[in-house]
Amino acid sequence: MATLTAGFADPVLAAQATFRAVMDATARPGTVVPVIDTVAAPPPLAAATAAVALTLVDGDTPVWLDPRLAAGPEVAAWLRFHTGAPLVDRPADAAFAILADPASAPPFEHFSIGTLDDPDRSATLILQVERFDDGAPLVLSGPGIADRATLRVAPLPPDMVARLTANRALFPRGVDLILTAGHAVAALPRSVMPVMER
Amino acid sequence: MNAPAYNFAYLDEQTKRMIRRAILKAIAIPGYQVPFASREMPMPYGWGTGGVQVTAAILGPADVLKVIDQGSDDTTNAVSIRKFFGRTAGVRTTTHTTEATVIQTRHRVPETPLKAGQILVYQVPIPEPLRFLEPRETETRRMHALEEYGLVHVKLYEDIARHGHIATTYAYPVKVAGRYVMDPSPIPKFDNPKLSNSDALQLFGAGREKRIYAIPPHTAVVSLDFEDHPFEQWRHPASCALCGDDASFLDEVITDDRGGRMFVCSDTDHCESRRAAPSQPTVQDAEVARG
Ligand SMILES: [Zn+2]
Repeated sequence: MATLTAGFADPVLAAQATFRAVMDATARPGTVVPVIDTVAAPPPLAAATAAVALTLVDGDTPVWLDPRLAAGPEVAAWLRFHTGAPLVDRPADAAFAILADPASAPPFEHFSIGTLDDPDRSATLILQVERFDDGAPLVLSGPGIADRATLRVAPLPPDMVARLTANRALFPRGVDLILTAGHAVAALPRSVMPVMER
Repeated sequence: MNAPAYNFAYLDEQTKRMIRRAILKAIAIPGYQVPFASREMPMPYGWGTGGVQVTAAILGPADVLKVIDQGSDDTTNAVSIRKFFGRTAGVRTTTHTTEATVIQTRHRVPETPLKAGQILVYQVPIPEPLRFLEPRETETRRMHALEEYGLVHVKLYEDIARHGHIATTYAYPVKVAGRYVMDPSPIPKFDNPKLSNSDALQLFGAGREKRIYAIPPHTAVVSLDFEDHPFEQWRHPASCALCGDDASFLDEVITDDRGGRMFVCSDTDHCESRRAAPSQPTVQDAEVARG
């Protein structure tokens, strides 16, 4: 049996600090927030991705792993051991999806978007990207943004602006995105609207 | 050393995760009431267990906590909650709005404008703004789902027909980010404009009714009104007897049993800060100067 890498050294305070980073990022879409408490996660899981998963996922939240994360047994075993989350095969069954190959993400509407009565019963996608200082600028507006916010993320699906526009059109339904890279997070909740460059 | 009998900030980690997930959904859907599995807290419901659970789920050792009850840091309720988190989370507490990172409030928004990085946590008794029109939860959820807000406008208009103006002065309904009608909790409608485009994140917790909702920073919050009867802020048309402020929200205080009364700032930190500031002449100073 393969040895499992550890979880948080101090689970209570690390989860609190990581949550505040995610909450801050969600409240201010487009802002990149550092994640200080990170864990030695099995590759290809980045430190921030693992920290966000340990913070939000548990036995009550079915998780879908993208093909890159599901390729070997290590990530699934680590996640099961540290969070107790059930892993699901269908994106539509997941409360959380973790993707390490965001450019090949399934269409967002393959995940749960909630209902008009219960829009909160929708999936949160944790997209692990490589960097926050590269890629075509995403110009954003919406709640949490004073005027415009600009976020550069690479890699992303080539049709990312169209995906965000379609997701916003579903409001109040829709998926919420948490982006992770290295030791930082950003968020694109369903309320954000991409601003079309003219 | 004995290990404490409870977890950091009282709540167990599974409960915190559940509340944290609800908070993130609430921020993503501004003004929408997210159901959560409210826990028993070691205090009665009337003491703001919803706000306490939200605070417990977000609080960390680096935070500085302020708790206000109707503007005052010194009521039994405010002192108890401050002590509770001082004991269970070991956080620093303050009465100064400017020093706090997390402010839990019952029925007021501080006079001092909030800054980015501050979080305002409201204690909410009844989160459903449509409850007085429709007692059934399934129906009010439907009304929110379909944006059927005609009835709440009818209720406000009946107020105008009866009183000549909108008589609702507390828990005055708002629309958040152009979508959800939301109860701002029983704050005076004087405070409603402070909810809009705040630099701070605002979180709302209702313990008995098991709901969490949110207003992100920089989000438009509009008080419902009519073209011919626009929303109006209201305060006692007077000045604070202690600091002289003629723009703050005032409480009427009875001073003797012969009908004597005066008006003082409801926000005690605001009032004390103004009195402490050397450049700010107080009413007493002005009287001394005249005398
Ligand atoms: Zn005063």
